[in-house]
Amino acid sequence: MSDLSFYVHIPYCVKRCGYCDFNTYTPSELRDGGTLESVSGDYIDAVIREIDIAHRQNPDASVPTIFFGGGTPSLLPPSDLGRVISSIRQRWSLNAEAEITLEANPDSVGAAKLRELRDVGFNRISFGMQSAIPHVLKVLDRTHDPENIAMVVEAARGAGFESVSLDLIYGTPGESLEDFRTSVNSALELGVDHLSAYALIVESGTKLATQIRRGELSMPVDDLMADMYLLVDDLCERAGLTWYELSNWSKPEHQAGHNIAYWKNANWWGLGPGAHSHIDGIRWWNIKHPTAYKAALFADGSPLQESETLTARQKSDEAIMLSIRMRGGIPLSDLSEEQRRKVAEYRQSGHLDGTAWEAGTLQLTPVGRLIADRIVRELVV
Amino acid sequence: MPAISLAKAPQPAATDPAQIRNFAIIAHIDHGKSTLADRMLGITEVVEARNMRAQYLDRMDIERERGITIKSQAVRLPWRSGLDGKEYILNMIDTPGHVDFTYEVSRSLAASEGAVLLVDCAQGIEAQTLANLYLAMENNLKIIPVLNKIDLPAAQPEKFAKELAKLIGCEPSDCLLVSGKTGAGVADLLDQIIEQIPAPKGDPNAPARALIFDSVYDVYRGVVTYVRVMDGHLSARDQIQMYSTGVRHEMLEVGVISPEPVPSKGLGVGEVGYLITGVKDVRQSRVGDTVTNFNNPTKTPLAGYKDPKPMVFSGLYPLDGADYPLLREALDKLQLNDAALVYEPESSAALGFGFRCGFLGLLHMEIVRERLERESNLSLISTAPNVVYNVKLDDGRSIIVTNPSEFPEGKIMSVEEPLVRATILAPSEFIGAIMELCQQRRGTLLGMDYLSEDRVEIRYTLPLAEIVFDFFDKLKSSTRGYASLDYESIGDAEGELVKVDILLQGEPVDAFSAIVHRDKAYAYGLMMTAKLQALIPRQQFEVPIQAAIGSRIIARENIRAIRKDVLAKCYGGDISRKRKLLEKQKEGKKRMKMVGRVEVPQEAFVAALATDADIEKAKAARK
Repeated sequence: MSDLSFYVHIPYCVKRCGYCDFNTYTPSELRDGGTLESVSGDYIDAVIREIDIAHRQNPDASVPTIFFGGGTPSLLPPSDLGRVISSIRQRWSLNAEAEITLEANPDSVGAAKLRELRDVGFNRISFGMQSAIPHVLKVLDRTHDPENIAMVVEAARGAGFESVSLDLIYGTPGESLEDFRTSVNSALELGVDHLSAYALIVESGTKLATQIRRGELSMPVDDLMADMYLLVDDLCERAGLTWYELSNWSKPEHQAGHNIAYWKNANWWGLGPGAHSHIDGIRWWNIKHPTAYKAALFADGSPLQESETLTARQKSDEAIMLSIRMRGGIPLSDLSEEQRRKVAEYRQSGHLDGTAWEAGTLQLTPVGRLIADRIVRELVV
Repeated sequence: MPAISLAKAPQPAATDPAQIRNFAIIAHIDHGKSTLADRMLGITEVVEARNMRAQYLDRMDIERERGITIKSQAVRLPWRSGLDGKEYILNMIDTPGHVDFTYEVSRSLAASEGAVLLVDCAQGIEAQTLANLYLAMENNLKIIPVLNKIDLPAAQPEKFAKELAKLIGCEPSDCLLVSGKTGAGVADLLDQIIEQIPAPKGDPNAPARALIFDSVYDVYRGVVTYVRVMDGHLSARDQIQMYSTGVRHEMLEVGVISPEPVPSKGLGVGEVGYLITGVKDVRQSRVGDTVTNFNNPTKTPLAGYKDPKPMVFSGLYPLDGADYPLLREALDKLQLNDAALVYEPESSAALGFGFRCGFLGLLHMEIVRERLERESNLSLISTAPNVVYNVKLDDGRSIIVTNPSEFPEGKIMSVEEPLVRATILAPSEFIGAIMELCQQRRGTLLGMDYLSEDRVEIRYTLPLAEIVFDFFDKLKSSTRGYASLDYESIGDAEGELVKVDILLQGEPVDAFSAIVHRDKAYAYGLMMTAKLQALIPRQQFEVPIQAAIGSRIIARENIRAIRKDVLAKCYGGDISRKRKLLEKQKEGKKRMKMVGRVEVPQEAFVAALATDADIEKAKAARK
């Protein structure tokens, strides 16, 4: 029986953060004019209809992971989120160790809600901390009080979550290396099991992009971003969190199994508007707007927007692009003589780990991870 | 009206030389020559009013747009003199208006007995016009000074009449005043041409000798050769011979331009017309050559024949390497109509495959490039232009260098470079700026004369190499566009010249090597290394950019190693997007050129080779 992971997209937020270009909507943007509570039930009904489609197509899978992302999944009532989990549980075998993750905004959960979430089946939680520095959070347009982080992490543990993760963003306009050090240290001091740290990307069409274009804010130089990356890597490793993917560090046994499914090109089904799926070399994605998505499903139709069947070349490009990001790297035996020759100089320059290479693996060093895309271009061209 | 209908006018091959007047018009590009010519076509009624269009004689689009006449023509205009009431045939011989085409101008003048010196009376004479005037005077042509555009509010006929009188050695009152636009004074000008310019003289019984003063390739007819018969006659049934090549040609057609081609029985002494022989390449029918009768050839050719000699060289490369065969085709096609253009294949490590092209001068180079791009839809990169150097080695050998990459390593005894005598005309307030520019360019002041109270003629000797790159742009910008420039070659002189190489990580980049004066090597090195440092993206290792003379480094910049080239996030929904980006980058990488281990985007080469003027042009195009 093959594995099938699920991603559940919750396309709602209280407000849109300045740097965010995700497929998410605030109550004021919704046509229905309703509150989140009123759209929630309806939305979950639609998701369950998509689960039915998934089941008709893949009746015999087992489900190792479910991940609720967004948007702000923690905004919805836990009971509605629980309906999704039980719908999946009813249709496929879902064992006790299955990893069920919730992305949560520290503002939208308290101890009671966390207990409810644990009760409906979540066992892993990832809080969007972003930074511990108020002026950084302000530029990012985040509403939470940094003091809340310790509280919610504690509450999550109290509620029985087996794995607690924090997300950080670095390279925000105005953020210094010391600011970032403070943020990383305060995350690690909480003893979390897992940490993700992402360089801020200025996406076109966001408020942040406009502020930069107008000269109100300016992005840090790449060299500072690189120093920040090396800093977080170093601090994590010292705290016993080892890197397992370019932007992710964890204690042993606390890696995000769901994300590893993406990087290993396993089969996964994305539920919800704009969600992407991948099964056996075919990728597809859904209609983007929640209203259109719901309408398609309630009319007994398919929410599919577009699909692509990967060619052998595309598959091998993706395999390189994804596996190079992971600690396990790329087995040299998967590379041609020419590919190995092309990247050999990155060994001398310290971008590839020499010991791993001797042992038959292309594995990036910390400075190598910073130029991973460049090395990928050498390998795929 | 003193116009004569074509049917009743004296016919080609049957016109008494005493009835003929051959004249050239010497004018600067925007001084109204084409409008005056249009007006002449109109009042002599060779073009009916309903068929008239502006700039009737300028044929190529590029001429019409830039207002430059590159190829001349000759028009036969019948006219009854208002002074003596007799019938005459006027042959108006058009002259190219630019510095690079001095030789063609000289042949047009050699085909004429007189010249109309046409000057815009709001602007005064320009340097190239002055140069052509001197050329006409050296050829003993009768000069008729004419001030044009007298209808303009800014016209200053008195001021510029004085200026012309001083130059020619006549009275200010001898200047005719016309307006090509309104037609005022044009009939009087035609009468004065008849009155003042002598009739052609020649021996009708001698073996035929006709001067080729222009040669144009036509897609339908092959080469159309414009000639002025000096002695004897050419007839439609003749076999003719080109003196310089000795090659015999069948005459397919002979005729006159009026102003469309009209076949005739032949051409007699003093007449001006065209020949068609089926030749496909203007090289077989060269300007300045003598056409004679094959069966009864002349023993003495007409004087003054010269092979066109390229003075300026530049590498032309297609932006897209796949366009190389297209570029070759385009050059082959252009050469059919351009006897002065030379080219040979060359390859550059940085730019790929292209051609080293030789041009008469700057404008010629610009026109060729523009025509290649426009007519064949090509995007081109050109290397910095250079002149021809004569390098003498210690062992007595000498090497002609037309490309910096040919500059010999090792012991050099001397290097000679071409010099020009430049004439600059400008309002006197800019004397300081002009002298400063010329000093910077290694100029030697020869002299300065006031043409009028506030206009000067400044003469300098300058190395040609110093004016081939952006001198004219700089001259224009430092004189608010008022200065005009002319130059003529005056031979070679020894110079303190060195080759500066630009090295990327120790590897020389051929496209950026330059031969420069020793005193300027450092400045060139600094400029290029700084430019490239800004243009070349960071690599995974540090890249030194150096400028060197031989093995001596004179300037250095560093491109620091790249430290970040990765997208931090790559989750489910990002994968397709990221792969597509990668596929796009694969394409982009194909356009990268490798210099040793350094990847350089082609745009960096283009930008590094661009002049300030190119950059301005590109900015203007984007607006």
